[in-house]
Amino acid sequence: MIEIIWHGRGGQGAFTAARLLGEAYALRDESFVLAFPSFGPERRGAPIRAFTKLDSKPIGNRSEIRKADYSIFLDDTLFSESSFGELKDGGRILLNTKKKYDDPRVVTLDGDGIAQKYLGLPITNTIMLGVLAAVSGLVSEENIAMAISDAMPQRLREKNIAAVKAAYEEAAK
Amino acid sequence: MAKKFLSGNEAFACGVRLARPQVISAYPITPQTIVVEKLSEFVEDGSLNSEFIHVESEHSALSCAMGASAVGARAFTATSSQGLLYMAECLPYAAGGRFPIVMMNANRSTALPWNIYGDQRDSISQLDSGWIQAYAENAQEALDLALMSFRIAEHPSVSTPFMANLDGFVLTHTYELADVPTQEQADEFLPPFRTENKLSLSEPKNLAFSAGPDSNTIFKYKEHLGILRAREVIRETEHSFAEIFGRQYTGLTESYRTEDADYILITLGSISGLVREVVDSLREKGEKAGLLRLRYLRPFPNEEIAEAVKNARSIAVLEKDISFGNEGTVYTNVNSALHKAGITAACSDYIGGLGGRNISAEEIEGIFIELKNERSAVRFLGTGGEQDGA
Repeated sequence: MIEIIWHGRGGQGAFTAARLLGEAYALRDESFVLAFPSFGPERRGAPIRAFTKLDSKPIGNRSEIRKADYSIFLDDTLFSESSFGELKDGGRILLNTKKKYDDPRVVTLDGDGIAQKYLGLPITNTIMLGVLAAVSGLVSEENIAMAISDAMPQRLREKNIAAVKAAYEEAAK
Repeated sequence: MAKKFLSGNEAFACGVRLARPQVISAYPITPQTIVVEKLSEFVEDGSLNSEFIHVESEHSALSCAMGASAVGARAFTATSSQGLLYMAECLPYAAGGRFPIVMMNANRSTALPWNIYGDQRDSISQLDSGWIQAYAENAQEALDLALMSFRIAEHPSVSTPFMANLDGFVLTHTYELADVPTQEQADEFLPPFRTENKLSLSEPKNLAFSAGPDSNTIFKYKEHLGILRAREVIRETEHSFAEIFGRQYTGLTESYRTEDADYILITLGSISGLVREVVDSLREKGEKAGLLRLRYLRPFPNEEIAEAVKNARSIAVLEKDISFGNEGTVYTNVNSALHKAGITAACSDYIGGLGGRNISAEEIEGIFIELKNERSAVRFLGTGGEQDGA
């Protein structure tokens, strides 16, 4: 099973990203997916987590993920040294930041820059999904675009698909 | 049929839409809210032709559904936790009136301490209200139960309201794939509601009347027989469901690797998926573990439980419920089934997941390890506590 933890703040769309990843992955044959937020009241700006579990067989474990293959931060103020504690061996952290980290486990990208250009807002959930696609190969750009088309309102579709493509290409460099 | 990526609440709402209820009366409460929101959207966008009545309380929600059912309409409502308790006065009323209302309950803890997370104390506290009670494991079963519940409840020999339970958050708010049947398939499976038990100008009759000491017992006995007859109707309904939709359900219980199991864990709801995985990993280590999932608590699967565990060395119940001053209520019910069948194997109770506390694979494995002691006890997961005199 591939397990992904999404870190963001209320309003940044972490759970939407968790769901879009699940929906994109589910376009494959013989795929099983669970996507859920950290449960409870939601407040704008408060740290939240969301989870995506991907497998080729039914997933019985509905608990929060303790150790992830990919831990994704939409907001670098939520990232710290302790973040490595929730990675599996060989796991990667994908971080939206302008900073550079000299650590092979960390992939960085200036997602805010791409977001400003394509969305006009510092919302990086679909952008970091594009980064995950480029780094992991778990889902294709095309399947993400299909998930976005299904799940997002018309006015958000095209620009988010363009943002995913830009992030994918940047991360694949 | 189309595969969709849905939360448990959304899947249930899709199932309700396919069932074409004529009246929906509901009041929102976490974690049920989304099922009601979705249904109101369906009514708004015209994909569901139903009278949506946004009432001022849960007590009114069920009263309103009873009124609708009393004129022969298919009626749906949904609630959770404190909302269920607030409508509690109306629950036996609907059952005694033999109004086949369907209600979804998002299982959630009850106050105090205040808590919005999932356990099953809300619905289990209402086991004696005369309603059928089913517990879904995943979004697909939730959707399918939504469709089947109307047919079971409305069957003339049953005429009993139906409470379909979904674990709050872990099922209601988790997204997964579910097949959504077509309306044509659903219509083939579920014809419109027809009943003699309704107010009618052409055939006037008295409904919801008084019954004094002389006649009361016979009404209650007939009510009891109605819910018992649901056992057979559930089997028939699932058979017919499988023919149309290709998914076969297994009646009041679902057995998993119990045939030759020495140690069997009995549980219900969405935790069953994790128990199944633990059973598989124990089997790989040569341990004869099994799972019995209770799909229904009313009618209670006395015979199915006895049959599944008759050769086991010991048995445990894992439940998200406690009847204060005694033990978990599922455990009490299971022990009664074992006693009636003359089964004397040790049987323990594990109370867990209260207020949404996570139940881990390690804890479930720990239960199976303790089962080897073949000793009866009542334990609270996560406290280290065992009650005296178990």
